[in-house]
Amino acid sequence: MRVGLAQFRPTLGDLQRNLDLHLDWIEKAKQNQVELLLFPELSLTGYSLLDLTYDVGRSVYSEEISKLVARSESLDIVFGFVELSEDHVLYNSTLYASKGKIVHIHRKVYLPTYGMFDEGRYFGRGEVLRSFPTQFGQMGILICEDMWHSSTPYLLAQDGAQMILVPSNSPARSLDQNEVGSQSFWYANLENQAALGGLFILFCNRVGTEDGVSFYGGSAIVNPYGDEVARANRLEEQLLCADIDLDEVRRSRFETPLLRDENLDLTIRELTRIRQRRLEQKRWT
Amino acid sequence: MSTQLEEQLLAAPYLALDAPLAVEILTAALKEEVEKAGFRKVVLGLSGGIDSALSLYLAVRAFGKDNVIAVCMPYRTSSASSLTDAEEAISDTGVQSLKVDISPQIDAYFEFMPDATSLRKGNKMARERMTILYDLSAHFGALVIGTSNRTELLLGYGTQFGDSASAVNPLGDLYKTQVRQLSKFIGVPRSILEKAPSADLWEDQTDEKELGFSYFDVDRLLYHLLDRRLTKEQLLEQGFSNPLIEQVTQRITRNQYKRRMPLILKISNRTVGVDFRYLRDWGL
Repeated sequence: MRVGLAQFRPTLGDLQRNLDLHLDWIEKAKQNQVELLLFPELSLTGYSLLDLTYDVGRSVYSEEISKLVARSESLDIVFGFVELSEDHVLYNSTLYASKGKIVHIHRKVYLPTYGMFDEGRYFGRGEVLRSFPTQFGQMGILICEDMWHSSTPYLLAQDGAQMILVPSNSPARSLDQNEVGSQSFWYANLENQAALGGLFILFCNRVGTEDGVSFYGGSAIVNPYGDEVARANRLEEQLLCADIDLDEVRRSRFETPLLRDENLDLTIRELTRIRQRRLEQKRWT
Repeated sequence: MSTQLEEQLLAAPYLALDAPLAVEILTAALKEEVEKAGFRKVVLGLSGGIDSALSLYLAVRAFGKDNVIAVCMPYRTSSASSLTDAEEAISDTGVQSLKVDISPQIDAYFEFMPDATSLRKGNKMARERMTILYDLSAHFGALVIGTSNRTELLLGYGTQFGDSASAVNPLGDLYKTQVRQLSKFIGVPRSILEKAPSADLWEDQTDEKELGFSYFDVDRLLYHLLDRRLTKEQLLEQGFSNPLIEQVTQRITRNQYKRRMPLILKISNRTVGVDFRYLRDWGL
């Protein structure tokens, strides 16, 4: 299958313009015979929305979202937006659309609220992590910070995912030698988790700046052996395309059957014990 | 000085940046932040010192020499070598430039204030230069590019609403030592790289004499204090002297006001800057 990552530059808070940009990138992807197109986190809105979050929130049934979902007739599209729920909670969500229909929505579970990040101030926390079936196989979505918790790719791998989609907005900071600090950490993380879970990971990061903060791009595709198959340029817009062979999931798992050997009962037992201990500690302190 | 810089970066490798990468990121971000605000040109004050020189060279990389306007604004006591150095950077980059002698307006004002301290005069000059840059900004349709580095922002070693004023400041996250490193990398003329930093407000003034410590020492301290979040005890263990730690931490705290917009006294539910929160890049 041919996957495409739309490493682009959204305009902060301009839903209409970003919608048009999405349509352009979808056209470009079609011309490149892309079958699955992944956009970055919050691709319809931009990242540091602050109070704009309230203005750009949209229901999954809204005109803008429906318009984009309808474009998934000939290729699957995965994009990010501020989801306004029926009970008026805003979520940092990513939607998977195929054949003109919504297949899955993931609400970001881990909202970074420290240092330069302030997501917890505006967004409600997602409470569900699920893999879901697609025409290409079982997939899972983790949005940026979600991927920085080892429990999340673990759960998706256990839940049957053969591919994890990771839309991100990762900023350039702490410039050590040769690479942006957060960037080298990202690749190490992606490569490890892909190999440990025996699955593909697609990391789509945006470019552009918001109030002096640069997003570095460098989107990447990692195979189930933990090897980087393709990487996009730094700081530049780019449609990163790659042909990937999903049968590599089978071959890598035959070679290194980590998933087969995983002891789910042990994990659950120990986690239950740890949770119980924490509850008891809370009671007495 | 260049070899001194190399020695310093060897002694404190944590201050060394990946220079090509830093320049790449700063250039790309500078270009984007200016262009999405609807501008193609930039204007900046050029003192002859290393900070404004680095801003100039970054701006030339981002916008091309034809879209950068360098303004020299000497006062009659400014050292002649400052102007020569600024002119060398102008001819090296080939940018458009103009010279505005600020002596008449400064002298006219202080004629009525003969007892003004040199600090007051220096601040007045910095603010005079700011008003010129903002007027030329409107004249040329060019955004004002800042020249204040991270060390001076933290120490408050600058004039509020004077040299600290700009639309985009590419140096604000670089320690002075890093400004030196990037300046050397980007090709700032040797005479600028090698002279002692000075606000050039009076004869023989140097920053380091006035501050009472060297930029290299304070940059190392700032790195350990801010970036590594060491406690005072740990800083002492690292060999920083108690007076230096005291002096620097006091400066950082006392000058916080220079790094913020004026206080707004809260009455409404959505006060500008408090709970009315938007990026400057709103809709850009």
